[in-house]
Amino acid sequence: MTIQTPNGFTLDTSGKRIVVDPVTRIEGHMRCEVNVDSENIIRNAVSTGTMWRGLEVILKGRDPRDAWAFTQRICGVCTGTHALTSVRCVEDALGIKIPENANSIRNIMQLCLQVHDHLVHFYHLHALDWVNPVSALKADPKATSELQQKVSPAHPKSSPGYFRDVQNRLKRFVESGQLGPFKNGYWDNPAYLLPPEANLMATTHYLEALDFQTTIMRIRTIFGGKDPHPNWLVGGVPCAINVDGVGAVGAINMERLNMVRSIIDQSIRFVEDVYIPDLLAVASFYKGWLYGGGLSSKNVLSYGDIPDNANDYSAANLLSPRGAIINGNLKEVHDVDLRNPEEIQEFVPHSWYKYADEKKGLHPWDGVTQPAYGLGPNAKGSKTNIVEIDESAKYSWIKAPRWKGNAMEVGPLARYIVGYAQGNKEITEQINFVLKTLDVPVTALFSTLGRTAARGLECQWAAHKMSYFLDKLIATIKAGDSSTANVDNWDPSTWPKEAKGVGFTEAPRGALAHWIRIKDTKIENYQCVVPTTWNGSPRDNEGNIGAFEASLMNTKMERPEEPVEILRTLHSFDPCLACSTHVMSEDGEELTRIKVR
Amino acid sequence: MEGMPEVLILGIGNLLWADEGFGVRAVEALHRTHAFAPNVKLMDGGTQGLYLIEHVRRADILVVFDAVDYGLPPGTMKLVEDADVPRFLGAKKMSLHQTGFQEVIATADLFGDLPRHLFLIGVQPEELEDYGGSLRDTVKAQIAPANAAALSYLARFGIEAAPRPAPLAETVTLSSPEVALGSYEDGRPSADAAYRHGDPRVVFGTPSDEEAR
Repeated sequence: MTIQTPNGFTLDTSGKRIVVDPVTRIEGHMRCEVNVDSENIIRNAVSTGTMWRGLEVILKGRDPRDAWAFTQRICGVCTGTHALTSVRCVEDALGIKIPENANSIRNIMQLCLQVHDHLVHFYHLHALDWVNPVSALKADPKATSELQQKVSPAHPKSSPGYFRDVQNRLKRFVESGQLGPFKNGYWDNPAYLLPPEANLMATTHYLEALDFQTTIMRIRTIFGGKDPHPNWLVGGVPCAINVDGVGAVGAINMERLNMVRSIIDQSIRFVEDVYIPDLLAVASFYKGWLYGGGLSSKNVLSYGDIPDNANDYSAANLLSPRGAIINGNLKEVHDVDLRNPEEIQEFVPHSWYKYADEKKGLHPWDGVTQPAYGLGPNAKGSKTNIVEIDESAKYSWIKAPRWKGNAMEVGPLARYIVGYAQGNKEITEQINFVLKTLDVPVTALFSTLGRTAARGLECQWAAHKMSYFLDKLIATIKAGDSSTANVDNWDPSTWPKEAKGVGFTEAPRGALAHWIRIKDTKIENYQCVVPTTWNGSPRDNEGNIGAFEASLMNTKMERPEEPVEILRTLHSFDPCLACSTHVMSEDGEELTRIKVR
Repeated sequence: MEGMPEVLILGIGNLLWADEGFGVRAVEALHRTHAFAPNVKLMDGGTQGLYLIEHVRRADILVVFDAVDYGLPPGTMKLVEDADVPRFLGAKKMSLHQTGFQEVIATADLFGDLPRHLFLIGVQPEELEDYGGSLRDTVKAQIAPANAAALSYLARFGIEAAPRPAPLAETVTLSSPEVALGSYEDGRPSADAAYRHGDPRVVFGTPSDEEAR
């Protein structure tokens, strides 16, 4: 039986069902089921968030100024970005303006998170979907060195001896039986296309990136104080500036700003000499694998972020672009208003929540988070051990957010498509460079690889923007303004009896917003719509499928029992750091159970 | 006499998930009752995973507090050292972040920077699936014994802590006072206002993952 979805996909559930569960364990577990046809092409895809996460209800009644500290514990990856989103929504509700320096410092911290997360995502989570470290053991170090010098002449670590050393380290590691981060891959799957030398080069950079990532994060410790949970503050940033101060403890001084400068410069070098060249080298072998586009060629959304000047959240002032594109019409970029009750709405007909009227969506300010767990009539297994989900009924703990009724993709690719459609100069130049280097048409962007490439380009963009805001910070301080916080409205006695606000950011994995209602100085309602809510969305009343689901459609699998292709595409959305999966056949018999990177 | 070893005392876990917060609460308590020399660092690692690699690599001696599922009666404390730590961590499913921490250890090893001495102080949780909840009494009661175990382990290496004349205020944490145990517990919405249960598949126990490892 086939079903035509309003957003342009033909679903066919007649073929063999494959279950991957869980795909991710951060921000809630995630499960994925697909049906493949006789050619092993995916003809139906179902994405299920399998964990209840009730942050909204635990914040009820708490002090709004404390909310950031709770939201930053939601998950271990996006801590800072949730905290920033939270303080922004409280400031919006209470009309609190932050100093220019606080804006610059917050931007540097947010950009730092982007650079860090993108880099770690590519090497630590995603590279192993394309790169085969076991094949790297067969590489010729001399040929690897030549390859390195060809793809990135500027990178100093390129001698045959260096690659031989790394190869030996890998060998020892593999021979000791622990394989560690490389455990349980599908290393003999024909979906892996890189020659051994490219595998050794990329695996070597995996280690370099893991080593370097700790350096990048020092920036957030310098400004955020506590490590590894930086501090945030409604009204600004909790660090004082005293440029003439000395010593390593206390206020931000010139010595620390110079340290930040040095880390930014190193980050730019690493991204441009290692990450981007690797991305292009890997992509050159996979440019025939253009699956995974899903919604990206149709509907994409970004809220925008990185306000150039403080307190101005209009699209014109946001350096990371804001906009919505519908039906692939790049000629028209719609503005996005997070306050408009008719724009962003969450639906629950296929989510394990209860609304009074489930035909209608609710704007997050009026959001309701009331669980209602149960399986549809065609589900297999039991409530406590689902074998096969019934997507015709409620099937996910993720609500279905829609923008003017449309399912949307969010994330680096969405941001880059919006920026490209708006004619953003920096973004357009970056995209054109990649398309030209790889000799592919612009439509190649709408793919898993396009998503992966956009993330790398954004990492480069963000590294340079950190430098821009550090310059701005220093210029403002030199002009005599060293204020970092506005505490005029810190005291709740200055607040109105009732207030509501919205704060938004572009988290590494996409558009993120928190909506708050404050009543009698306490939190009355708090709703987070996270990037994974958009991308991992289940179906809606009209039958539109979500971004994860759409991205898997029509992908050819080499071996259905080894879901490299599913993981490759889901990972391209940056759903998590580490995950486990097991794979079951249609009758529920377990074929294999593996840990996947 | 050789240079002082770098010591890291790390509490890990998600304090929003009831007994999952044991590690963080244990290291906070230790910080409130004892003062250490500068070579000993106490840290609320939360669920930070990869961000902790740097600190783990730098440590010569690593002590970890964590809620660990050994399948023992709730509140049981189990102490594991050195080579047993990663192997034990790999043996069973425990919690969301621990796959991550196991990887932190493996990665430190890959870099050749595994701490020379590893000590895991684990406590069997009673309840994990209570989002927004706090430590259960059986687990909370193990904070003091867990801290004593950490101190006697460190004493083997000549590392002494000075008991503070009076403990620091309850609101003193290693990260931010907003999530201090007392206000965390007191500020909790009522059972009527908050849904107090997890996904039934989790609440009732899912057989699928546990057996595999």
